[in-house]
Amino acid sequence: MSPQRLPARPGEVIDRRRPLSFTWNGRALSGFAGDTIVSALAASGCRVFSRSMKYHRPRGILTADYWDPNTLVQVGDEPNVRGGHRLLEAHMAASAQNAWPSLRWDAKTLTALGGRALSAGFYYKTFMRPRWLWPTYEKVLARFAPGGVIDPESAPRRHDKRYAHPDVVVAGGGPAGLAAAAAAGQAGAAVMLVEHEHAVGGHLRWDGASGRAAASELAEAARAAGVEILTDATVAGRWEDNWLAIVERAAGGGPERLIKARAKVLVVAAGLIERPYVFAGNDRPGVMLSQGARRLANLWAVRPGSRAVVFSANAAGDAAAADLEAAGVAVEHVDARTGRTVTAAEGRRNALERVVLSDGSRLEADLLVTAAGWTAPTSLLNMAGVRPCYDPTAARFFPAEPGVSEAGAVLSTGGISGDGTLEAHVSHGEATGRLAAARAATLAHRLRVATAWAAPVNGPEPPLVPDERTPLGRHRHPALFCSSTDGMVDFSEDVSSRDLRNAAAEGFDSVELVKRWTTATMGSAQGKLETVNTVAVLAEATGSTISEVGTTTWRPPFAPVTLGALAGRPFEPVRVSSLHDLHVAAGMAPISAGQWIRPEHYGEPQAEVRNVRANVGIIDVSPLGKLDIQGPDATDLLSLLYLNKWRRLAVGSVRYGVMCAEDGVILDDGVTGRLGEDHYLMSTTSSGAGAVEVWIQNWLQTEHPDWRVRVTPVTDAFTSINVAGPRSRTLLERLTDDVDLSPEAFKYMQVRRGTVAGVASCVMWRIGFTGELSYELHVPAGHGPHVWSALLAAGGDLGVAPFGLEAQRVMRLEKGHFIVGQDTDALTKAPTAGLEWLIKLDKEDFCGLPELRWALDGEPGGAPEALQRLVAVQPTDPAYVPPEACQIVAAGPGGTERIIGRITSSRYSPTLERSICLAQVEADHPGAGTQLTVVDVSGRRHRATVMADHAHFDPEGGRLRG
Amino acid sequence: MLLVPCPHCGPRNSADLTLVGETEPRPDPATTTPAEWRAYLYEEHNPAGWCRETWHCRLGCGRFFVTERHRGANRFRHPPLGASAGEPGEAR
Repeated sequence: MSPQRLPARPGEVIDRRRPLSFTWNGRALSGFAGDTIVSALAASGCRVFSRSMKYHRPRGILTADYWDPNTLVQVGDEPNVRGGHRLLEAHMAASAQNAWPSLRWDAKTLTALGGRALSAGFYYKTFMRPRWLWPTYEKVLARFAPGGVIDPESAPRRHDKRYAHPDVVVAGGGPAGLAAAAAAGQAGAAVMLVEHEHAVGGHLRWDGASGRAAASELAEAARAAGVEILTDATVAGRWEDNWLAIVERAAGGGPERLIKARAKVLVVAAGLIERPYVFAGNDRPGVMLSQGARRLANLWAVRPGSRAVVFSANAAGDAAAADLEAAGVAVEHVDARTGRTVTAAEGRRNALERVVLSDGSRLEADLLVTAAGWTAPTSLLNMAGVRPCYDPTAARFFPAEPGVSEAGAVLSTGGISGDGTLEAHVSHGEATGRLAAARAATLAHRLRVATAWAAPVNGPEPPLVPDERTPLGRHRHPALFCSSTDGMVDFSEDVSSRDLRNAAAEGFDSVELVKRWTTATMGSAQGKLETVNTVAVLAEATGSTISEVGTTTWRPPFAPVTLGALAGRPFEPVRVSSLHDLHVAAGMAPISAGQWIRPEHYGEPQAEVRNVRANVGIIDVSPLGKLDIQGPDATDLLSLLYLNKWRRLAVGSVRYGVMCAEDGVILDDGVTGRLGEDHYLMSTTSSGAGAVEVWIQNWLQTEHPDWRVRVTPVTDAFTSINVAGPRSRTLLERLTDDVDLSPEAFKYMQVRRGTVAGVASCVMWRIGFTGELSYELHVPAGHGPHVWSALLAAGGDLGVAPFGLEAQRVMRLEKGHFIVGQDTDALTKAPTAGLEWLIKLDKEDFCGLPELRWALDGEPGGAPEALQRLVAVQPTDPAYVPPEACQIVAAGPGGTERIIGRITSSRYSPTLERSICLAQVEADHPGAGTQLTVVDVSGRRHRATVMADHAHFDPEGGRLRG
Repeated sequence: MLLVPCPHCGPRNSADLTLVGETEPRPDPATTTPAEWRAYLYEEHNPAGWCRETWHCRLGCGRFFVTERHRGANRFRHPPLGASAGEPGEAR
């Protein structure tokens, strides 16, 4: 059943008492708990796991780990699962990706390596012309795109996020990482250790009995020191001040989780990644890296082949040969250190049959293991600003400054930093852990004293401990990258050494350009296997050295993160007023306005308009921003913020004001009432409430810190109800006994405080956004529902009814009141909206004063702008309502048309029984009676006329003043 | 993500704050010229060195404060780094 499974081996990670059945391409197979998908398949005799991206070449195991580019599989509805890493589960349905109709016989196979049909830059060269075929090209190319299949029916998963604040994060749980974590923990630091694989120990796990013993001893020490150990997790990115993204792939058995960690010190102990060797046929199934062969044999008791050639340039390769012999594989050892190299792996179709060496000899084999050298995955260090630096003696890149960056907050240890015995690595790791803990203490102190008030109580800063670690050595290693033949450099992107040389010949001489032209290093391994070979091939092709060519930039993420984990859960606040339940009960049609849920209407907005114009209506305007402003300098603050003057506003009166930014553009508007000598209540637009508060705070704190004034946001402290209509006074009189509501005592634009429906301390102001006699009540929020219900109950005979946002919008448009952000935009200065009357240039200062002075005076030396003007417009056809944002055009030069403006608001007015609009048009077109041409979205033209006044209805304002 | 040292709250993620901009004196509105005023509004100096900046501790204390940041090294002058920490330019 599992022909390649070896008898029980010491150190194996499978549990032979727990067999698991699964399917591969529909075929029933079985493995053991502890198997990965790939190890279970390899045990079952599977040799081909995928087809390559461009040429659809058969591919087998290369590394048998997370980075294996050849073993990405589909599992159920989950595409692109790393088969060399994902643990086998019972009843898993796994299948091959990128193969059609089957893995054995793939219709798209192009057997010639680097076949010209799909050479580097093929897409750019082939699919450029003619341009009108681009949509067709897209469809054809999409069919060739690699990867698995997404099932749109998949149930959504909820991904959580976690925030962590460890002193020290150690990336990598090999011997040096474990030693560093334990030492840092023993020194008192809170340590998090992040291990990519399913268990800590690194290469010790497949390195014989002594290695396993050392691994468990180190892991035990780390646990005893209180280290939090995360397995199957990766530090995916590092940003300023050690802000780390840690992806936890199987967080507690749930879906992937993102940990955002703010570490004081990051220790990078990512180890080394084995580098493939480039030669003809190096991507043939049966050719694998020494670490892959050792993992298969020692962790999962899988025999990777029966007759092996081991091409070895280092101790790891020699160990692989010994491991394979111990597993009963016939081994031919080819020692790279003697100058012999592999030139070709040959065979028929999907199988390896022979290995050709540089001396011409041919060796029969079904397995070729290469140990050609190492790549230091320095990404996290590079993200901290450390440059990788090539050492030709050791034939690999090292961090340019081992262990120093970001004021000592990022350190490295282990294979990334150098070579040595296990003892040397552990000792270096321990020294690194102690250094990390000490530096974390210094940095923690600096963070604590960062607040001004905390500085005196925390004592002196612990000195920043210097880096006095004994550096690891560097062992001599043969420089083996590419043989005399051409082979695959990037397995996941199907980029060969010939493609790279061709790219160099075409003039792509920089590694960054070659990367983008050939897509080398852009596949699933993101350069971990192929970057250095790419650089080496390019160096040879351009006659330069590896140091001169340099590497491509390694950016986050180090390991893939699912979009769901990045997104996490959406936390968007929803705001409702205290009257929300009453609106729901009344059958409101809700509309979301910013964060607020508001009643758009309660059934028929046109009827609501008619009722307000004829009787009385009430609307919930609680989202209006409200700021309580108190202090002797409150009047100065208002004068600074608003265009108009405030000094002579009497106590008990309200005034309309417009705020501009310093560039003269309208920021917000609203009514402010003077409640006392030094006490105002300011209202802002609903959407601008937050921004206005910040704007005011900025002025008070940075420009006028000496002013004695306090500004308190009270939006949610009040329920705001506008009572509007000719019968509003009668209605309110029935509920108020301590405020004289007569027209003589409580005039338009005045404010009173009094009792409404038994609720004391209500603020009422007489204003007229709707154009009707109206009172805006600001009621202590807890009493809002009571007052709302009382208004409805008291006015049954008056025809009182609630109205929604839509009716209010219709009525304000009938009155020609603009809405900031709707009828104005980021270029609308105050004069554009017809606010010249409001701008008081004789004030000493106000926000936007210089710009508005120049706008009104005509700027000295400046070119006259085609200033826009806000005007009221009525379509000639009273039944036609042009959609908002329709363009307004005029005849241009040579029979063309020119856009001269746009409709900003439009509605059908039930009061006037015709369509009405506000529009912005160029300033030289707005005279009353001007005929305009409005173009709708289908291109049809409609005539419209500019009106003399913004107000379509009751321009004299008799109704609201009554 | 950068840690911004709010003098009142201590270091906080930069996403909790808003960089208002370079700290510059507002020209006198009575005497300013269009060139001077618009340079104040729109022109950033963005030196590859120390820069006075105004930050708003939006999700924290709500205070506006002025601090100095080295825009080349992306480091703050505050909290005061001890001599042992080195100048930001050297630390990289």
